[in-house]
Amino acid sequence: MSWAGKLLRVNLSKGTCQSEPLNMQWAKEYLGSRGLASKYLVEELDPKVDPLSPDNKIIWATGPLTGTMASTGGRYTVVTKGPLTGAIACSNSGGYWGAELKMAGWDMVIFEGKSPKPVYLFIENDTAELIDASDLWGKTVWETEPAIKTKHQDPQIRVSCIGRAGENQVLYAAVVNDLHRAAGRSGVGAVMGSKNLKAIAVRGTKGVGNIRDPKGFMAATAAAKAVLAGNAVTGQGLPTYGTQVLMNVINEVGGLPTRNHQDVQFDGAKDISAEAMATPRASDGKAHLVTNQACFACTIACGRISKIDETHFTVENKPQYFGASGGLEYEAAWALGAANGVNDLEALQFANMLCNEDGFDPISFGATVGAVMELYEMGVLTKEQLGIEAPFGSAKALSYFAEITANGVGFGKELGQGSARLTKKYGHPDLSMSVKGQEFPAYDGRVIQGIGLAYATSNRGACHLRGYTIASEVLGIPVKTEPADTQGKPELVKAFQDATAAFDSAGICIFTSFAWTLADVAPQLQAACGEEFTVENLTTIGERIWNMERDFNNRAGFTHKDDKLPKRLMTEAAKTGPGKGTVSGLDTMLPEYYKIRGWDKEGRPSEETLKRLGL
Amino acid sequence: MQKSLHINADKCTGCLQCEMACSYEHYGVFNISKSRIKVFEFHLTGKKVPYTCTQCAEAWCLQACPVDAIRVDVITGAKVVSEDTCVGCKVCTISCPFGTINYVQDTGKVQKCDLCGGDPACATACPTQAITYVDSDWTGLDKMREWADKLGNQSGAN
Repeated sequence: MSWAGKLLRVNLSKGTCQSEPLNMQWAKEYLGSRGLASKYLVEELDPKVDPLSPDNKIIWATGPLTGTMASTGGRYTVVTKGPLTGAIACSNSGGYWGAELKMAGWDMVIFEGKSPKPVYLFIENDTAELIDASDLWGKTVWETEPAIKTKHQDPQIRVSCIGRAGENQVLYAAVVNDLHRAAGRSGVGAVMGSKNLKAIAVRGTKGVGNIRDPKGFMAATAAAKAVLAGNAVTGQGLPTYGTQVLMNVINEVGGLPTRNHQDVQFDGAKDISAEAMATPRASDGKAHLVTNQACFACTIACGRISKIDETHFTVENKPQYFGASGGLEYEAAWALGAANGVNDLEALQFANMLCNEDGFDPISFGATVGAVMELYEMGVLTKEQLGIEAPFGSAKALSYFAEITANGVGFGKELGQGSARLTKKYGHPDLSMSVKGQEFPAYDGRVIQGIGLAYATSNRGACHLRGYTIASEVLGIPVKTEPADTQGKPELVKAFQDATAAFDSAGICIFTSFAWTLADVAPQLQAACGEEFTVENLTTIGERIWNMERDFNNRAGFTHKDDKLPKRLMTEAAKTGPGKGTVSGLDTMLPEYYKIRGWDKEGRPSEETLKRLGL
Repeated sequence: MQKSLHINADKCTGCLQCEMACSYEHYGVFNISKSRIKVFEFHLTGKKVPYTCTQCAEAWCLQACPVDAIRVDVITGAKVVSEDTCVGCKVCTISCPFGTINYVQDTGKVQKCDLCGGDPACATACPTQAITYVDSDWTGLDKMREWADKLGNQSGAN
């Protein structure tokens, strides 16, 4: 086993909480977390549903390894139809909340309907109840969590909640747990807000005690941890520098999208890098970085905990921001920094803190600001409309925008719609650096060809976590491929996408895949769950999940025409760096990718493919 | 040689592997709420601090127990609760100045660190050596060595 074997179904319209046995047949076919929750969603949801309507559903799900000693076994996902994209959304988070839900005896929680008034769900082992959250509505993430702990007189409760961005349905609102871990992307927080659901508070004291072969599991997890410890990335790079180790690396390969993807290298990269975070500041002699931090069960510990410069203009007379706080991670540092041409590390940390405090995705937010800055420089948007002068590089504008987005004050309301809607409204849809409405993360898809294809075909819109080919194309994991090559990339992307779906669904962190392959995951799952979880089966499970997500999107109205990159990446060549002169080779790669996937020319899985995967 | 758990909080990442190892060792389940070692996170400073019983030489818990349920393991020096004898009166939980002996509702008994009979699971599980099991008389050895290196290496030190 190692699944808890039951799920909680909460009907917010009726105010009911009911326990259901987990569909174990589906668990074997879709594993858990991302895969299994998506299976429930696609079975129960009309793909055409309005994401922010009561008819949408939203699921919090753990995997079979969540809540165990498997390294990084603390993950959970939030699965729903996303409001930013209209596609299936699945956002993954670490921290401690996922393990707490599992230890309370639940694999997942499915929410249906819409509560007539703000509520939060409180789970204490087998019992679950909806509690009035009128007093919490309007509160930030940082206020909500302590308020719930105080109310229940239990400091050990874990909370997954939305801040004001989710309440106000910012289309890239996040769900945040443990103050600064987030299911960050695709606007899952907005769906939560649309249902008047403020938080899920959990206290679990039952634990996970149904490992199939405990001794074998302890041996398998110990061996896998040794692999992580011995690997240069997971054993040294990530714990020491965090994901921010990438800032200078990606800049050097000329793949750091800068100023809304006008450039591929940022002269200020060094100022916002891991190295900068560790260097004592001129102002107070202290380094930005305080320490690293692990999520539940994680033996990598890539998380960054930092303190802002108390003399910085962003926090003048705001002592609430002086404490140690999460960040900066690479994607956030890029989106808030390079994407806007801002090289002020402290301003980035401030904006990042607001993303955690108010619960919104720094990637989509930062990239939207990048588009706004370009429109400002073009004269399309003015100081009067924006409330501030907003040229590229303005830390003041970035900080101001971060302060007005969650609450939808002034231009903040438009920022909260994301770059696709915003640029369209002002007549320049080509300036949205997004796929399917979701903004790019921190790697340039015209210079690093594989990641471009991964973005174009990602089931949740542009995303690096659905097929992180950067591992191969830049870091040489598991084998080095050339960023500029298009040949072989469709196969590479497919392999990464399928494996990632299996990693995600097991309840572990995708960062383990810098060191692990499915051959390291399989023995852990076999000891925990059953002999059938071989590498071969896990690969099939991953492919099955990918095709299931794709099929949902097709039925939601997406076609091959949506598997595209912005015009800029297709026609404006990289100006500098090793990839100078290149544009995306998507047109060459995409047909090949469809073929390898067993899809027709319109990007639909063929009957044969669906049948082969048992779909 | 008697050994002690030695905790270096600076190395703790907050992964809770120690808590799971502890609960697995004693209850055969991954359940941090049953752990006898606890990691405290102080989020305003970023500090993570593992905390458990120090096995006091003159143990308050042992002295306070009215039914002699807490005995000294002669090999490890650990103060060990005999579940068969413990009546769950909780007097030990009041007497312990550090809070490291606690009542368990499920069993109706108290629990505390017993050093796992001389092979503490928490120390084995810790990925960063924040928790180690070292010679009781030399828990300061690593720190001394560190300072010796730091000071002894200063050229021109006098």
